[in-house]
Amino acid sequence: MAGNNPNAKPMNLTLKVWRQRNRNSEGKIVEYQVKDISPEMSFLEMLDVLNEDLLLKGDEPVAFDHDCREGICGSCDLFINGRAHGPEKGTTTCQLHMRKFSDGDTITIEPWRANAFPVNRDLSVDRSAFDRIIQAGGYISVNTGGVPDGNEIPIPKNIADKAFEAATCISCGACVAACKNASAMLFVSAKISQLALLPQGQVERKTRVENMVAQMDKEGFGACTNIGQCAAECPVGISLENIALMNREFISAKATSDNLA
Amino acid sequence: MSWITKTFTSSIGRKVIVAITGLFLCTFLVVHLVGNLQLFKDDGGAAFNIYSHFMGTNPVIRTLEWVLVLGFGFHIYESYTLAARNRAARKVGYVDSRPSENSPWYSRSMALLGTLILIFLIVHMYNFFYRARFGDLDPDINNNDDLYTLVVTSFKQWWYVLLYVGAQIALCYHLIHGFRSGFQTLGLNHRKYTPIIRVIGYIFAIVVCAGFASMPLYFYFFK
Repeated sequence: MAGNNPNAKPMNLTLKVWRQRNRNSEGKIVEYQVKDISPEMSFLEMLDVLNEDLLLKGDEPVAFDHDCREGICGSCDLFINGRAHGPEKGTTTCQLHMRKFSDGDTITIEPWRANAFPVNRDLSVDRSAFDRIIQAGGYISVNTGGVPDGNEIPIPKNIADKAFEAATCISCGACVAACKNASAMLFVSAKISQLALLPQGQVERKTRVENMVAQMDKEGFGACTNIGQCAAECPVGISLENIALMNREFISAKATSDNLA
Repeated sequence: MSWITKTFTSSIGRKVIVAITGLFLCTFLVVHLVGNLQLFKDDGGAAFNIYSHFMGTNPVIRTLEWVLVLGFGFHIYESYTLAARNRAARKVGYVDSRPSENSPWYSRSMALLGTLILIFLIVHMYNFFYRARFGDLDPDINNNDDLYTLVVTSFKQWWYVLLYVGAQIALCYHLIHGFRSGFQTLGLNHRKYTPIIRVIGYIFAIVVCAGFASMPLYFYFFK
């Protein structure tokens, strides 16, 4: 794991890590020392070093969520030094590097905090509330049959770009974690925008926003107060324009849909 | 629940009510400020008392007064309902949280600022509205109730001035966030207009609050 930069001096750090056995147990912050951390390591590699130390000592390793470690999958979810995904802007935890810290630093590491994201163990949280919101309407109806020709449905470039920007949401939940209200509106709005903007999304357009917002409320997320903490911490830069679009979609769906329930 | 109840008890439905009533209350502030500028007319309060007599007796104004009461009522009720829900959405908080690194303090403190404004509003209503409507004010030279003298003597007391100016500072920050936030909630976000709305919000908040604050300061220091 040694880096290529010969000038990169190894660091010694103090970690304050949230430890919790399971969903129902009480958790607490536990302090650990890690030594000889290369500045070129990623944050998760640094935690791997901690876990190797813990295993050698016969302690339980720290549970944390991760998968691709390339900033694509949205699995990693650490609240580092009071910020979702740590101090660097536009970055997932796995793409945060230890060169952003200095020798002797104390780093506090906590799980996402929201009632809708219960802690499974240590730093790992259950984000299945997001899955249930998607199940409520984050899909399109697909016509079966032959493969359609490319560019059969004309979509203006600027609309395609907006939909694509919304579609870059990796569902990591940093928006919820950063929001003072634990609101999921940036996530939900991105998922609504990416479909509402495109012709394929028109069939379920009204029911989609009605059902997804209802599910979001049911999961116990807070309501947006337009502070913008979510967009500021979003690793892929989802914009607040999406929340405005969701509000428009919601108001017009409620006013015009056939749904009386 | 009918679709109407469902709409207005949903998170976005409640937000929309807060936004509409908030922007409506902004229009009230303009009317209130413009009317109160009569205080600066150097005629011993005759113009101000004519204005306050009109506001207290005109049937159109008296009807709109109830619309205003409803506006305040819904704004306050829905905001507190949302604030309680938002607070409950994170029962276990962070050990280390640094929101100042991603957002301005006043945007995160709307409920607190609103509560300060509400306390001021209650005191303010008792000071002037209650006494003008239900109290026993002496008549002025035109035989109108002399609200002017009550205002002037009130603003000669330092703690009144402190309360009024303090409330305007709270209102100013509440408006800086609230003005643009209202448009965003109603879905009125556009790359062209949102930056303009932001600037107008700042100007609106500062002009309105400086205007209101200038009244107690003027009478305390210059009269």
